[in-house]
Amino acid sequence: MHRTIAISVNGTPLEVPSGATVAAAVLQAGATSRVSVRGEPRQPLCGMGICYECRVEIDGRPHQRSCQILCLPGMQVTTE
Amino acid sequence: MSEVFDVVVVGAGPGGLAAAATAAETGLKVCLIDDNPAPGGQIWRSSVLKGPSADAAGWMRRLAERQVEVRSGCRAVVAGGLTCAGARTLRLESQRGYADIGFGALILATGARERFLPFPGWTLPGVFGAGGLQAFVKSGFQIAGKRVVIAGTGPLLMAVAANLRAAGARIAAVIEQAPWPQLAQFSSWLAFSRPGKLIEGAAYGLKLLGVPCRTGAWVTRASAAGAEVEQRLHSVTVSTGRDSTEIETDLLAVGFHLVPNTELAQLLHCRLEHGYVKADAFQRASVERIYGIGELTAIGGVEKAQVEGRIAALAVAGRFEDARALFPARDRWMRFARRLDAAFALREELRTLADGDTTVCRCEDVTQKELAGCRSWREAKLHTRCGMGPCQGRICGPATQFLFGWSAPAPRPPLFPVEIAALEEPFAQAVVETGQPVSSSST
Repeated sequence: MHRTIAISVNGTPLEVPSGATVAAAVLQAGATSRVSVRGEPRQPLCGMGICYECRVEIDGRPHQRSCQILCLPGMQVTTE
Repeated sequence: MSEVFDVVVVGAGPGGLAAAATAAETGLKVCLIDDNPAPGGQIWRSSVLKGPSADAAGWMRRLAERQVEVRSGCRAVVAGGLTCAGARTLRLESQRGYADIGFGALILATGARERFLPFPGWTLPGVFGAGGLQAFVKSGFQIAGKRVVIAGTGPLLMAVAANLRAAGARIAAVIEQAPWPQLAQFSSWLAFSRPGKLIEGAAYGLKLLGVPCRTGAWVTRASAAGAEVEQRLHSVTVSTGRDSTEIETDLLAVGFHLVPNTELAQLLHCRLEHGYVKADAFQRASVERIYGIGELTAIGGVEKAQVEGRIAALAVAGRFEDARALFPARDRWMRFARRLDAAFALREELRTLADGDTTVCRCEDVTQKELAGCRSWREAKLHTRCGMGPCQGRICGPATQFLFGWSAPAPRPPLFPVEIAALEEPFAQAVVETGQPVSSSST
């Protein structure tokens, strides 16, 4: 078995494989990443750090591109 | 504090890895910077289940042997001061903050991104880029049992479909907009000129046995189910121009081939030609000591990127004869790139996919009808904020170019939204102004 990491997405515990990105964890949690200017729910799009649709709050830091950041044990991810 | 390297390579995909290793093996001091969490670029992205790609690992061993400094999770945001005058320094951003780096030569290997074309429903949760969805799956998103439609255009679609199927996805359909005769012509050219590539394609085909694959068809709409706040993709409408069908699906992966990431090159005043960085036979861009390789010079894939990376590195080292020996291989892959472009050219019908209410700029939620009255990218920005969100037009720029024929002017610093600290501090004085590769030093 692959090693897993325990994080939380919007307060709910989630186990992800070691090496997973925060964006993958957000998708795995079934969450949307942000709410658009006009109030539409959005999920990550490009997967390569370009589109900024994946931005979420990580450990209190807002507007982080979740697709370019790896999950670390205990990480707290908050989405819109 | 600013460290100076003989060569800085930006982008750790196949081209950047080849360039960094080749340069280091000639004895130069090299730093490789990359925005992603790990080297390999998009095509050699490591998988949480299968580990790093063998190809990337091979190059990484060579980098380690030569003590190449690899900085992942790091990107250039400003070049040579806010005015970009005399740019021989890059300001880098990482999770740790900002740092400056000086270079004797700069090899740009910033690769490409997917082209996205707006259509009704493309902003719904459940709609991803084609390469995008593959990246999420490699990065830990479990797709087993989910129904996926893969659509758009380009050789990436078949590869993504095969890989997602291997990860347990149920591929509902692969929808390629290019017409079959155009693809058949490309295939027969491949059979003579690039049999390896044809076999690669056929292997994907075999892995997709039983999957409905359509050519000359495109997605015209993604439809949602669920309450307004919890809207999710439910189905897609596929058209051939004559008839249309609806396919129920959990996920849609859609991308319209690739566009080069030329922003850093433009910030450094490198000239573009037909949207690509103009490079000479030794991969030199129009600005002294800056080189452009890989997808930046034409969308041609891993082989072209690697040979161009080696040529650029050898040219930096002054080993022009060794570089010249690689020209025939590079030129062959350049012909492949041109054939790719023609085979997957976008059809006219795609220009009318967006209706008035379709979002074109996702960052600022600007719709097609708001843009339709504008005459230029500049006017659109001023009147609607199109392209002024965090992606800075990287997604809607190529879309509006296709939809309205607009071309975006060269980007201004910073290349991405940054914290104010990135702009306040003065640049360190480690600016290299000699024509020779500099010896390693730091200030």
